[in-house]
Amino acid sequence: MTTQNEWPLWEVFVRSKAGLDHKHCGSLHAPDAKLAIQMAREVYTRRQEGSSVWVVPSDQITASDPGDKDMYFDPMEDKVYRHPTFYVLPESVDHM
Amino acid sequence: MYTQAMDTMGREEGGPKAVRSAEEAQLEARFDARIDDGGFIEAKDWMPAHYRKTLVRQISQHAHSEIVGMLPEGNWITRAPTLKRKAILMAKVQDEGGHGLYLYAAAETLGTSRDQLLDALHTGKAKYSSIFNYPTLTWADIGVIGWLVDGAAIMNQVPICRCSYAPYARAMVRICREESFHQRQGYDSLLVMMQNGTDAQKAMVQDAVNRWWWPSIMMFGPPDDQSPNSAQSMRWGIKRISNDDLRQKFIDATVPQAEVLGVTLPDPDLQWNAERGHHDHGPIDWAEFWRVVGGDGPCNRERLGARVQAWEDGAWVREAALAHARKQSQPLKASA
Repeated sequence: MTTQNEWPLWEVFVRSKAGLDHKHCGSLHAPDAKLAIQMAREVYTRRQEGSSVWVVPSDQITASDPGDKDMYFDPMEDKVYRHPTFYVLPESVDHM
Repeated sequence: MYTQAMDTMGREEGGPKAVRSAEEAQLEARFDARIDDGGFIEAKDWMPAHYRKTLVRQISQHAHSEIVGMLPEGNWITRAPTLKRKAILMAKVQDEGGHGLYLYAAAETLGTSRDQLLDALHTGKAKYSSIFNYPTLTWADIGVIGWLVDGAAIMNQVPICRCSYAPYARAMVRICREESFHQRQGYDSLLVMMQNGTDAQKAMVQDAVNRWWWPSIMMFGPPDDQSPNSAQSMRWGIKRISNDDLRQKFIDATVPQAEVLGVTLPDPDLQWNAERGHHDHGPIDWAEFWRVVGGDGPCNRERLGARVQAWEDGAWVREAALAHARKQSQPLKASA
């Protein structure tokens, strides 16, 4: 339902500080990448929430289908042996 | 302000559709179960049409309120008494613009474009909070807006951080985190005037409190027994606490703050009720509320006029930026 005159939509990812991942924090409209970066700074980092910003055109993101959620993710539900807590060890070596 | 959206929905919206297919009934049962479970709904998930419509309406009215709310305060940026207060006010007004953008983005995830949302505001089809249709006559109004109006907004907004529609809830978490500074800076500026000011400055603060008190407690919307859409919104986890309960909470929190400040609240019936453990208050003039919501407040025409003019004056900038972006991307596409 986007009209011709509307600026394209961008998804914004912010790295809160060096060493951490970029994390999705929202979206905004901007005519091009350069302005999207500029606006992302004004909209999402007014209180030094970031040290780096990525912007990605929203239509470039491919997502899993929410309708497939159960079929897609449930097979991992019964594989508890993939977690370290599944294995009960003697207390003397349990820090391993 | 923000729960007003549901109360002003009116009857033209109609209720949920009566006739549904078997498949739709099944989807709705699954949706209801998720809500009952305290789960969140994401943008691409199935949702009842009326849930979507209610949310678009509430989130966009909330967004419009943030943007229109920039006008009464922006009015005082050039006249702030010190550089410090000017910097604080600019930061606050910029925050309101940011809050509007978070909320427009959340509303857009429901399939309504930004242009459609703005068009609804500019043509008067969409409402914004009634509070912004009152004028800011003196510098004390800016402090009182921070203390009372933002205080009421916070009271209203904190429960929406747990709204069942996740993109709205996420926007609200961000907004609430930033909003606390808005209330504190307002109270701080009033405190300076009440403690160090001249008699005229103290009288100015009291006058501002007298004018903003009633409109502020109207921000929570009509009484529960006159709020017909609340039950459905509670059921859907869009609304968590009733209008009257929020209003009571706000009044109970504000009375001791007024005492510390050294101002009185303009309600002769306002007093502590030990039995209820709450303050009782006098009757609210709901005729005034509906008059302002309906378009006949002191500044409705001025506010909307300013928004429409800003939109029209900015048209050439938006078009030029888009034309420039298209031109820049063409050589890239041609070589790809």
